[in-house]
Amino acid sequence: MLRITGGKVYDPANGINGEVRDICIADGKVVANVEGGRTIDANGMIVFPGGVDIHTHVAGAALNFARALTPENQRVAAKFLHTKETRMGIGGQTPTTFATGYLYAGMGYTTVVEAAVPVLSAKHTHEELRDTPIVDKACCLLMGNNELVMDLLEVGEYEKAKHIVAWLISAAKTYGIKAVNPGGVAAWKFGKDAKQIHSPIDGYNKVNPGMIIANLAKICDELGLPHPMHLHCNNLGVPGNVSTTLETMKLLEGNRAHMAHLQFHAYGGDDWHTMRSESVQLAEYFNTHPNLTCDAGAVLFGNAVTITADGPWQHLLYQLTGRKWGNLDVENETGCGIVPYTYKGSNLVNAVQWAVGLELLLLINDPWRIFLTTDHPNGACFWRYPEIIHLLMHADIRRERVRALPEAALSRIYLADLDREYTLYEIAIITSAGPARALGMKQKGHLGVGADADIAIYNQNPDGELMFRYPRYVLKGGEVAVEEGEIRSVKDGHEFVCQPSYDAGIEDYLKPVFQQQYTMSFENYPVDAERVHGMQIAECSYQKTT
Amino acid sequence: MIKLTLKDQPTVPLEAEMLTPDQFSGLNLDAIRALPVFLGKRQLRVDDFFTVDGEPSDELEIHGDLAKVKYIGRAMTRGRIKVCGNVGMHLGAAMKGGSIEVTGNASDWIGGEMTGGLIHVHGNAGGQVGAAYRGSLSGMNNGTILIGGTAGLEVGMRMKRGIIAVKGQVRDFCGLQMKGGTILLMNGAEIRTGAWMIRGTIISLKPIKLLPTFPFACTYSPTFLRLIAKHVAPLGLSLPMDEQTGTYHRYSGDSSVPGKGEILVWQPRV
Repeated sequence: MLRITGGKVYDPANGINGEVRDICIADGKVVANVEGGRTIDANGMIVFPGGVDIHTHVAGAALNFARALTPENQRVAAKFLHTKETRMGIGGQTPTTFATGYLYAGMGYTTVVEAAVPVLSAKHTHEELRDTPIVDKACCLLMGNNELVMDLLEVGEYEKAKHIVAWLISAAKTYGIKAVNPGGVAAWKFGKDAKQIHSPIDGYNKVNPGMIIANLAKICDELGLPHPMHLHCNNLGVPGNVSTTLETMKLLEGNRAHMAHLQFHAYGGDDWHTMRSESVQLAEYFNTHPNLTCDAGAVLFGNAVTITADGPWQHLLYQLTGRKWGNLDVENETGCGIVPYTYKGSNLVNAVQWAVGLELLLLINDPWRIFLTTDHPNGACFWRYPEIIHLLMHADIRRERVRALPEAALSRIYLADLDREYTLYEIAIITSAGPARALGMKQKGHLGVGADADIAIYNQNPDGELMFRYPRYVLKGGEVAVEEGEIRSVKDGHEFVCQPSYDAGIEDYLKPVFQQQYTMSFENYPVDAERVHGMQIAECSYQKTT
Repeated sequence: MIKLTLKDQPTVPLEAEMLTPDQFSGLNLDAIRALPVFLGKRQLRVDDFFTVDGEPSDELEIHGDLAKVKYIGRAMTRGRIKVCGNVGMHLGAAMKGGSIEVTGNASDWIGGEMTGGLIHVHGNAGGQVGAAYRGSLSGMNNGTILIGGTAGLEVGMRMKRGIIAVKGQVRDFCGLQMKGGTILLMNGAEIRTGAWMIRGTIISLKPIKLLPTFPFACTYSPTFLRLIAKHVAPLGLSLPMDEQTGTYHRYSGDSSVPGKGEILVWQPRV
């Protein structure tokens, strides 16, 4: 039992904006009142619901590949030494599993979504998530280039495809689905890409990226998944791709969708020399289409490791940078590429990217529909979120940073013209309440009675970066996990999964196809429930309102 | 001067990155004796392996066969270390300033990713002198390394700035993926010199076997050599300059990358 008293509470889901009030906790939940137990005096502090990261890459085969590929980052990364409470590990661009949990919790984040998991490496991912302590977790399953699904769409078997998707989500023990460069990664296996929504895909006559996107969005809604389709659009990262993004969004009218790392999809211009920000155009469309949510995928200057299922884009990035490149082929499901990258303030393209991330956060006027991410570790590491918060809260500091950009960049961005400054209330939305709602996690992202007692308490400070980097207390499930910058108690988090219903007969179709096409046996393919640590099954109760 | 003497050979390599003037500064001899060293995974004290005497100072002299002692002078920024004997791997790794002198032989990876200072080995050195550690984009980024004897593989691998001079023969892959800086080969090198080099200069005073991707460019006597000659003269090296006695043949490459580096080979007039 625990009572937090005297703090200014920011709980946007319940409309509480900086009121001083008590929060009471019993049995890991927020309750109306408690008698006795510890009292935390939060005078002069602000109380936030624990952060929710809707899009990050913290576990799995691709991330491990990135860890192995970048020993130079590991050598200079922050060290976590073995203590009574913590295991050893390292931070840096691609933190190790245990350090990932400590770093997230140490920043006040208590729920993270690993955004890209192939079925074939789901077991590995769950094992790593088991070793990612403190935070609660969920995963999105890579589905945009799954050949089982694409083959069925080719012959017009939508219903069967829907059952397959449901079966795969259940088998992989994931929470939702993600589509990465739909069709493009399948085409990459023939050395091609599918950059536009009508681009042909090698090996298929009817299926094109637009068709995959529209069908997956519909499947997500019909299965009642709490989180809509998580979409990494085609044509990521290249000048002029805003048209592809807008066409994709138009395709999604009538269905929900979450547009991942929108920053990487909001560029104008014809080539790298004329690349410019198209955040205004994109935000205008987005603002008027409430079926969509997005996360920023903001970029910060410095070293990063780009890691994505988007194999063809990574090959292009490798050719642009001349740095090392890793590529994985995940059989019939997806691909993966790794390229270490350095975002430089002096580089025109990087300067535009940096500005676009912030512009989208400022121009999309409903904070309930855009969330703070860096697409960790692609745009920057998640532990640099406080730097972005600071910039969002201060227009003058943004202008100062804009002045340091190359002059050629100034006419290509809008950032200096934007006066909006985020309030603490809005920060609480984009870091916690909003993503929790978009994920359909009713017990997360708020401090009302019945919510999970995941709470971050910060010393109020005009320097937002300092304030959000070092929470005074972080509570996870009602336990004080972090106090005064030290990890105090380490409990394993839960993992949320969905088990959408499917026609049991689908296995009769799947098994022979599977044994013909895959390198592993059908029986070994699904992840056993026992291997998912602290599994909690979320309801598939979304219903489309007409 | 502080004098350390190795008592017994460690059974496995000893990691002694505390042995630098920076770490010793402001410490009395007892505090120096208590500094940590790592024998495998075990943390032990400096005086478990060394006798320590002398006066606290920025000068440090280490005696004994230190072939199994690693990381001496790591990240040092000032002062002087003299090793009387052989020395182990990673000597002066990431050093920023000051100087290190070794009277015997040195092992691999000396001056790895250093950014300043001087390392002078009188004997032979191992491989990866002034190199980038695995995965890093660049190796030494300034400073000078002088090897009196021979050197091993991948000397100056991915170096970006600074000078490496080797009086003896150098083995394969000298200047591998070099990005800048200068390597002076007073006595030539074995094969694949300058493979994948992007920029920088390798100067050989002896004929060397070149890769086919280094086409002959011209014969010349560049002005900047006089500057380099002036820089290395205090180290006891002299570069032939006199056009009466010969010229340099310039080979540019590595064209397989493609790179803009150069290998200059001294051609005495006959």
